[in-house]
Amino acid sequence: MIEVRELTKRYGSTLAVDNLSFDLRPGTVTGFLGANGSGKSTTMRLILGLDRPDAGNVRIGGQRFRDLRWPLREVGSLLEARSFHPGRSARSHLAALAASNAIPRHRVDEVLDRVGLASAAGRRAGQFSLGMAQRLGIATALLGDPPVLLMDEPVNGLDPAGVHWIRDLLTSLAAEGRVVFVSSHLISEVALMANRLVVIGQGRLLADTTVAEMSAGAPSLEAAFLAMTDASAQYRAASPARRPPAPTSRKEGSS
Amino acid sequence: MTALTAPVPAGHYRFRHLVQMEWIKLRSLRSTWWTLVVAAAGAIGIGVVVGINTRNASGDLTNNALAGIIPSVLLIGVLGALAVTSEYSSGMIRTTLCAAPRRPMLLAAKAAVFGAVAVTVGEIASFIAFFAGGASLRHGIPAPALTQPGVLRAVLLSGVSFGLIGLIGLGLGAIVRHSGAAIGLVVGGVYVLATVVGQVERGLGVYMPIVIIGNSLTTTKPQTCPAHADYCPHLVSAWAGLGLLGLYAAVALAVGGWLLARRDA
Repeated sequence: MIEVRELTKRYGSTLAVDNLSFDLRPGTVTGFLGANGSGKSTTMRLILGLDRPDAGNVRIGGQRFRDLRWPLREVGSLLEARSFHPGRSARSHLAALAASNAIPRHRVDEVLDRVGLASAAGRRAGQFSLGMAQRLGIATALLGDPPVLLMDEPVNGLDPAGVHWIRDLLTSLAAEGRVVFVSSHLISEVALMANRLVVIGQGRLLADTTVAEMSAGAPSLEAAFLAMTDASAQYRAASPARRPPAPTSRKEGSS
Repeated sequence: MTALTAPVPAGHYRFRHLVQMEWIKLRSLRSTWWTLVVAAAGAIGIGVVVGINTRNASGDLTNNALAGIIPSVLLIGVLGALAVTSEYSSGMIRTTLCAAPRRPMLLAAKAAVFGAVAVTVGEIASFIAFFAGGASLRHGIPAPALTQPGVLRAVLLSGVSFGLIGLIGLGLGAIVRHSGAAIGLVVGGVYVLATVVGQVERGLGVYMPIVIIGNSLTTTKPQTCPAHADYCPHLVSAWAGLGLLGLYAAVALAVGGWLLARRDA
């Protein structure tokens, strides 16, 4: 169980996350929806203790992230795809992280096998394609076999087979009783795996609902999403110190 | 609800786990080994060249054999800075902090591993440079021996200076977080600053890292000024120099750790 309470984060004059509260429950895939720049990645970083909130807090099983006893065994996360040193092999990358949380070494080969990188494990990760980098990020998240998984745009860079694979992976992880939280700016993608939805716009909570509830009363889920986010679809200038949102159209991939 | 997932084991991650992680990180990069080999080879090579060109036995022959330490420690300082800044440029820092959110402990583990590696390489390079520099002496000049006064100290402290300059680099890397800026600070702080400060206020020049290494740590006896010198600096002793370098490293790491703990990653 993850409890996000009145979370607020400001970068200079930009209010990135504005009084955001929601819960994440085990056994469910929760989709985290919002336009590019709506504050999804910032919220993820706040949950993971990477950025410090200006107000509010997050509790993971009642604890702050920084107080977790074995962080990788309690929360697995995928942020931007390339969060590894390009000169290090996938196997060494995972072996180092496994050592930090006393995770048995055999888990490294298990997760490499699970994400389909076993044959590329010895190559320098800097040579990986975006899809392979994304798979290494997913392997990192799975390394500690954690009951909570947070994934920021996990389908980015994956080919159709990869997209299908991650969808099955995340639903099966939730079926095992885990908390699974997946952000996306593509509602069509999230609708295929999520049971619950948290929708934000300009850092504020727009909806905390189920897929069924959201699609009721609108021609389609996408129409409901666009109607909800249109009011907050103004792009905000990304502050220069932050990673700006990917320069893709908000409606890209819609069908 | 969580019946199917394994329970989280007892205990918690500790310093030694982070030391293991940082050791795997450091040794799994080819650039680490290249830099260490070049630094050691440079220290040894310069010691040999100085030995070959020594024409009389009147100087400090140990200091001569250790003449290559200063350029080599600069490489180690840069490597120390990159050990932190490359994590920021690659995004690895966020992956690392998700595994180990206790940030000061993380930096301490990084410093312990890097410091130990740098001192080990530094000692190997210093001893080889000392013996190779002595062996390359010509004109019938006898090689210095470790049993002579101050010689063993000079060789040992030369090796330690690799570790301390490396840690200064590591701390500066944690402070500025950008590779270019950190390299500039290390080179500027170790080399340029020494020259500038020496020009502006000669009395302060002796407290600069490069002067401490060159004129205190690597010498067997206090340096004397030539006759008719218009200025004679009061150089710090070898042990005081060691303490000063240690203090600089401690301050750089403490500031770096404090900033790491309070800034967004």
